[in-house]
Amino acid sequence: MMEHQHENMAHTTHSMDSITQILLSAPFIIGLLLYITAVIFSKRQNKAWPIYRTVLWTAGSVLCFITVVNPLASIAHQNFTMHMFGHLLLGMLGPLFMVLAAPMTLLLRTLPTRYAKKVTAVLRSPIFHFLSNPVVPAVLNIGGLWLLYTTGLYSMMETIMWVHVLVHLHVFLAGYFFAATLLYIDPIPYRYSYIYRSLVLILALAGHKILSKVIYAYPPEGVPRAEAEAGGMLMYYGGDAVDIVIIIILCYQWYQSKRTREVRYPVTG
Amino acid sequence: MKKELTQEQFSYSGRNVLSGFLFGLGMVAFIDEAIFHQLLHWHHFYDRSTTEIGLISDGLFHAFSWFATVGALFMLVDLRRRGAWWKKRWLGGMTLGAGLFNLYDGIIQHKLMQLHQIRYGVDLLPYDLIWNILAGIMVIAGGIVVYQTQKQLKLHKGELR
Repeated sequence: MMEHQHENMAHTTHSMDSITQILLSAPFIIGLLLYITAVIFSKRQNKAWPIYRTVLWTAGSVLCFITVVNPLASIAHQNFTMHMFGHLLLGMLGPLFMVLAAPMTLLLRTLPTRYAKKVTAVLRSPIFHFLSNPVVPAVLNIGGLWLLYTTGLYSMMETIMWVHVLVHLHVFLAGYFFAATLLYIDPIPYRYSYIYRSLVLILALAGHKILSKVIYAYPPEGVPRAEAEAGGMLMYYGGDAVDIVIIIILCYQWYQSKRTREVRYPVTG
Repeated sequence: MKKELTQEQFSYSGRNVLSGFLFGLGMVAFIDEAIFHQLLHWHHFYDRSTTEIGLISDGLFHAFSWFATVGALFMLVDLRRRGAWWKKRWLGGMTLGAGLFNLYDGIIQHKLMQLHQIRYGVDLLPYDLIWNILAGIMVIAGGIVVYQTQKQLKLHKGELR
């Protein structure tokens, strides 16, 4: 008991420094400004862009932004349950909204053809080809979380600033590529079948669930048991809530694809 | 004799069972979560005797059933769009799926893997018996219905010849 109190005392003096906050929040501010600029340019070229996509990008950016700045950043630094709440926003819900906002489609249609072709060439490069297999982001995403919560990495992140920045960037990027390679909202170099993507999603979801119970049972280094239990449950059910959105969209796309096939190849007789 | 089968119901007979089966499985997992975990608080999220294989099985099954519920409903809408929904066969598949999942949960997960028990601080035997007997009845009932529709299917095949 005394030890916990002591730990909490030590933590309260340790709030998030401003350099970390600026480093982690700048990409989201810049991303939002670029997106809105692109929408305005697109409108000037008389190519309307759906409002709901702009709303999704803004919402995703705001969700990610609030997790990496104060007050949430400092609270999450001291409390594991709040850390997990931030993780759900930065690694799951925020990136999902941003994927649904189709930023690459917007970029490609706003850029002059010359530059758009260059962007497409980059997207066709081997590295993006490799990343477009949903297994890769799934392993980076879930594997990264296993490393974070079952090794000393979590307590390292709490004390070393650059580890904190890298881990948070990784969580966001892995979450983004995970959603982008499961739901084809933007153009993608190689398309995998629905059944394959569904299996990857189920296995990733299972890995997420198993890890959240492991956190519940075996708290990460330096995390009090009560916080680990609440955090593990939040991860389990919060993950369910976000994943059901991905599942519904994936199944809906699957359902739609069946109809277009029928129209394209009508069966006579 | 019963209502005639349509050509669509005949062509999609397999998908009717699969869709029903997946929905039954997902529905039971959902009811288990909503009633026994959240409302009654009989089941525990984790208890200290949970084995590692129990955690893995729980994760895989819940992930699968979460997907199966949604997937099965989209399959159902797809069947109806094609005019191929065969209600009896679908419901038979559902009962079979629900029963099999409960049997797996009640015998393998609760008993062999010690994931968690049905309830704590009570004599477990009556709970375990009721749980698994009910599951067994559902498996048999679902199995009979699917078997009956299978016969109807064979009859239809005969007519086609």
